[in-house]
Amino acid sequence: MTATQPGPLLSVRDLRVAFPTRQGVFEAVRGVSFDLGRERLGVVGESGSGKSMTGRAILGLVRPPGKVTASRMEFEGKSILNLPERQMRAVRGRRISMVMQDPKFSLNPVMRVGDQIVEAYRQQTGAGRAAARQRAMEMLEAVRIRDPERVFGAYPHEVSGGMGQRIMIAMMLASGPEILIADEPTSALDVSVRTEVLRIMDDLVTDRGMGLIFISHDLNLVAQFCDRVLIMYAGRVVETLAARDLHNARHPYTQGLLNSLPRLDAPRERLAVLERRPEWKDGPLDPALVDASMIDAFPGGVR
Amino acid sequence: MSAPILEIRDLRVWFGNPPDRVDAVKGVDLTVARGESFGLVGESGSGKSTILRALAGLAPTWSGTITVDGESLRGTRRSPAFHRRVQMVFQDPYASLHPRHTVDRVLSETLRLQGMDDIDRRIGKLLDDVGLGRGFRFRYPHQLSGGQRQRVAVARALAGEPALLLLDEPTSALDVSVQAEILNLLADLRVERGLTYVMVSHDLAVIGHLCQRLAVMQGGLIVDQLTADDLRAGRADSAYTRELIAASRSYAGREA
Ligand SMILES: Nc1ncnc2c1ncn2[C@@H]1O[C@H](COP(=O)(O)OP(=O)(O)OP(=O)(O)O)[C@@H](O)[C@H]1O
Ligand SMILES: Nc1ncnc2c1ncn2[C@@H]1O[C@H](COP(=O)(O)OP(=O)(O)OP(=O)(O)O)[C@@H](O)[C@H]1O
Ligand SMILES: [Mg+2]
Ligand SMILES: [Mg+2]
Repeated sequence: MTATQPGPLLSVRDLRVAFPTRQGVFEAVRGVSFDLGRERLGVVGESGSGKSMTGRAILGLVRPPGKVTASRMEFEGKSILNLPERQMRAVRGRRISMVMQDPKFSLNPVMRVGDQIVEAYRQQTGAGRAAARQRAMEMLEAVRIRDPERVFGAYPHEVSGGMGQRIMIAMMLASGPEILIADEPTSALDVSVRTEVLRIMDDLVTDRGMGLIFISHDLNLVAQFCDRVLIMYAGRVVETLAARDLHNARHPYTQGLLNSLPRLDAPRERLAVLERRPEWKDGPLDPALVDASMIDAFPGGVR
Repeated sequence: MSAPILEIRDLRVWFGNPPDRVDAVKGVDLTVARGESFGLVGESGSGKSTILRALAGLAPTWSGTITVDGESLRGTRRSPAFHRRVQMVFQDPYASLHPRHTVDRVLSETLRLQGMDDIDRRIGKLLDDVGLGRGFRFRYPHQLSGGQRQRVAVARALAGEPALLLLDEPTSALDVSVQAEILNLLADLRVERGLTYVMVSHDLAVIGHLCQRLAVMQGGLIVDQLTADDLRAGRADSAYTRELIAASRSYAGREA
């Protein structure tokens, strides 16, 4: 890793996202803290545990009536918490990008795919039309789109699920952001295409010092591809570990996840399911399992 | 053996006209027995979703024959009997759920269309079955996480109590513990109600777990058909399939 700058790229403390609902306020994110360096940080967790919402909060994309608070949210030392939209636009896409979980839904349905990449790239870099077009084609080829010419001129509903994911990745990486938040970016890719796409992200981290937040349900992938992993459960980070230690996780939720994986080499009749315990949601965090930064945010355990 | 529930002969699906014509499926044969669980894997963009969409009447131009439960399909019109027999879970659940309909409305409309009674109880049961619980009943799609939306789509497909279920990456947005719950549920329903599945997935371990047989696609064609045992043993005719199996092993292999 190219550790040039002192201090993390991104520093988040006690991030909370709350929505008013019929049944009262629902906290989708409940005090998440972490630092991101020039590294691959995996985020794994329950469906609905706040992974996407954490990414959206960083980019100021939580829709009202959702409310975002944090005791710190700094990008290269400057606060980006609830920035006015105009200032946020200078950061979003240009310096911090996010590959959304529903790529085809996040693309404009009535605009050709290529034009969307070109437009985004020009907005972010001020490049001319021809240069932007060339860059867009390069990126489509880089993510292993077989017939980039055709896909360039296609509408989002005319591409497959995995092509949609790759288009989104191409669009978000074109301008060379300092941080990429990738939300399930490869779930619809076959293994060989996935390897290529991961290599592109990997190169950006190692060669250019990009920080990558990699949200995924694929435990084996995260264990191999990432440097560190945060495990989220019900809006909190319940365990942080080095990716290579993922298979020796100690939190019962993480262990449960590992046990529920189907395996080609060890077929079984039924898959193990988790017995979810209330203390995972509301009990104090275990200081042995999470970073000190998490505990700092929760003096005396948890509220 | 009884007549197969699904029989596809020389299926070709294309979009647009020359010179921009895209040939997405280029002559595919498939037979799925009643009560069987059949997997479809392969390259991204190889035509997997297109096959399911053609079956469901969502691909405007196709040729060949598709027979479901003895009924021969034509064009894009599907009979009421077809809709009772076949349900589909789409690859992107966001697009398949109406943005202004609550979960309750999505499920109750499907249940009513199928002429079911006792709607209230059934909705509760369906939400429990897919691990969402009744608290989600009056949510809108934008108030759900990716995996929660996918589970609503699975619940809607199950609501119609179909004989044949087409599943396009049904668990790819779910954490693996919820995936395990859904796969167990599907396995149970197959035993209890004799359901038949055609399931698309990139995860060979998921296919190996749920399916007895699978087809491997590349560039609009089926390049291999094999049994789950073949898959586990790495026995495959095509180099592409062997490559897929090897890649998936090496990457899951660390803890093995
Ligand atoms: N507008 C909203 N109103 C109320 N609750 C919401 C709203 N939007 C999201 N939520 C809830 O916030 C929680 C966190 O959602 P988020 O999308 O971050 O989950 P996730 O961890 O990304 O899950 P998945 O793996 O399924 O994508 C979910 O339980 C979801 O139901
Ligand atoms: N409406 C359409 N118009 C034009 N081309 C289309 C349309 N729908 C699909 N295609 C093309 O057909 C091919 C097959 O797409 P399909 O969605 O079936 O792939 P897939 O195997 O499901 O891939 P993935 O695993 O990425 O979802 C792709 O090249 C896609 O661009
Ligand atoms: Mg999500
Ligand atoms: Mg598809």
